Amino acid sequence: MTASTATAEPAPAAEPVDLYEDRPIPKAGWRVIAAKELGDHVISVRFMVLLILLGLAAATPLYFAADQIKTLAPQATGQQAVFLALFTLGDTNYTFLIVSSFVAIVAPLLGLAFSFDAINGERAEGTLPRLVAQPIYRDDVINGKFVAGLAVILIVLVAVVGLISGFGILRLGIVPSTDEILRLIAWILVTAVYVGLWLAFGLLLSVVVRRAATSALIGFGAWFVLVIFGGFIADLIANTISPLTGSTIEEALPQAQLQKLITSFLPGNLYSDVTNVLLNPRLNPSVQLPGSIGQAIQGAQQIPNTVLSIDQSLLLVWPEIVALIALTVLCFVAAYIAFMRQEVRA
Amino acid sequence: MSAVEAVPAATQRPAPVEEEVEPVIWTSGLTKQYGDLTAVDSLDLAVYPGEIFGLLGANGAGKTTTILMLLGLSEPTDGEALVMGLDPAFEPREVKRRVGYLPDAVGFYGNMSGRQNLRYTARLNGLRRQAAETAIDEVLEQVGLTDRADDEVQTYSRGMRQRLGIADALVKGPDLLILDEPTTAIDPLGVVEILDLLRALVHERGLAILLSSHLLTQVQSVCDRIGIFASGRLVGQGTLEELADRFGDGTAVVEVGLDLTDPAEIERAKGILLRIKGVRKVVAPTDGGDAWRVIVQPPDAEAGVRQQVLATAVAENLGLTALRPIVPSLDDIYRTALKRSAVVRSKS
Repeated sequence: MTASTATAEPAPAAEPVDLYEDRPIPKAGWRVIAAKELGDHVISVRFMVLLILLGLAAATPLYFAADQIKTLAPQATGQQAVFLALFTLGDTNYTFLIVSSFVAIVAPLLGLAFSFDAINGERAEGTLPRLVAQPIYRDDVINGKFVAGLAVILIVLVAVVGLISGFGILRLGIVPSTDEILRLIAWILVTAVYVGLWLAFGLLLSVVVRRAATSALIGFGAWFVLVIFGGFIADLIANTISPLTGSTIEEALPQAQLQKLITSFLPGNLYSDVTNVLLNPRLNPSVQLPGSIGQAIQGAQQIPNTVLSIDQSLLLVWPEIVALIALTVLCFVAAYIAFMRQEVRA
Repeated sequence: MSAVEAVPAATQRPAPVEEEVEPVIWTSGLTKQYGDLTAVDSLDLAVYPGEIFGLLGANGAGKTTTILMLLGLSEPTDGEALVMGLDPAFEPREVKRRVGYLPDAVGFYGNMSGRQNLRYTARLNGLRRQAAETAIDEVLEQVGLTDRADDEVQTYSRGMRQRLGIADALVKGPDLLILDEPTTAIDPLGVVEILDLLRALVHERGLAILLSSHLLTQVQSVCDRIGIFASGRLVGQGTLEELADRFGDGTAVVEVGLDLTDPAEIERAKGILLRIKGVRKVVAPTDGGDAWRVIVQPPDAEAGVRQQVLATAVAENLGLTALRPIVPSLDDIYRTALKRSAVVRSKS
């Protein structure tokens, strides 16, 4: 009977082969988690999807934008911002084949794809209790997964932008100006925030919704409503609340303002607004339909054929950028709080 | 009814220990409430270095909740806990660095190998690369998974996963292991292996183990001390003998094998056995077997009775074939403890 051998005394210490001596509590658990997640992402199916989607984005200028720029280039000598046309020109019949609008549509999906099962996936596999029982802060889990998702998408995005730029420089012989490079960088940064917003939203879903399939579906629905139908919904609400009474500026203004207000909560519109202003310093309404108030203002205020400098463009869309950042932070904080308050057990 | 009355769990003290030995787990009035439901009700617990402590209770009795509070993964509503002398609510990372935890229904990343899964845990615990590899090899050897270490975990059987789970809890070099239902859903042979492993670990590494289970026999076979849990309360804790004293019916049983077939002989044997001092009752086998049950009262007279039975049976030529004490089964103790705690509660 083992019970009779009960010892309440300290057992003799184990052999001093101490692998654990002087081991501090790891400082950055999120880095270990991010590294592991990144490794997982790179060999995952969704990474293939990411490569294919953004690869498509890279391919479009080869077929559409390049031709147009070629025909445009001779008469455009001395014109500024030709380089950016690589990202904003395309087949006018298929606007989604333009690099910038394509990214605007695809970025949310990518963000969701890399986070919709972040927490509930661990829960389903039964690895979450084991993970949080390690000496890390609980938010390390969220942070690490967010960083890994953002990193993997941005790496591919930057690679694609570099590819398109290289193609433009080598094959078409157009060299970007400093201003254009800055605009591209600003665009990538804003895109990073936008992807981050959807990543954070996906994380929130993965914390709150217990089943990965459900959270994917909800995320997809949100993308459909906010990105595909965003502008339509803003129009609809504005029209219902404050119908047009006449055609003068004074009469149209209330509705426009309301529409602007609603739009400022719609991430898709915010992002395309910023993109259009950042990548179209010349903003000729004939190049693209003014899809937003910000663009319309820029278009209305411009003296024909002048080009805004980047700081002017940034100034113009600063509120939108701040709104995007605020939405991202909001989503992330919501995911964070929900996760911190959640019980670990299934 | 025994003279020992059910004492409310709160006034109980663990087995006598020298004062200097600091418990690895100590709780006082630890309570966890979910809304109206009290999952853990003012728990007083002490687990000492070098012992295996078994938390015994039905599913939903509050075992897992208790464990989560000890790891700082769930905040107590009231009371306090010290694990390795640290409060898990305030220093969860330091506690989790020193405590290996095997969760109930442990899971692994199926597309990674066992070794990779352990490596991840080692990295999260801040082990340097070389130290991590050495530690991983060592724990894999200990749980007997060295051969399969580089296969993907999704190809593992349930028992292998469980053993990998123990390796995972060990890889950080813990001073305390907390195992939640370590033997659930494992075949009997696997259970024996795991229990042997646990005993060896305590012996080799000198660590303490807190394990929870709803399987009485396992707890009985491996634990030094046992705490019986019922709807959030610890209704008794101590060694099996102590629990038997408190919750037994005040008798002990000796099984005596007598190779007798003649009814007259059987009657004679009965009379002889009944004459031995301390024997309360003798039950002859009714199934044609040879296992007699000799009921002894008080229970501590049991050893003396056994000697007497041996001497008498040889002297009287009763054909003695076996003689062994029947250990009070935890099953009975558990049932009595639950019954009494229910009575105590309905009175209060």
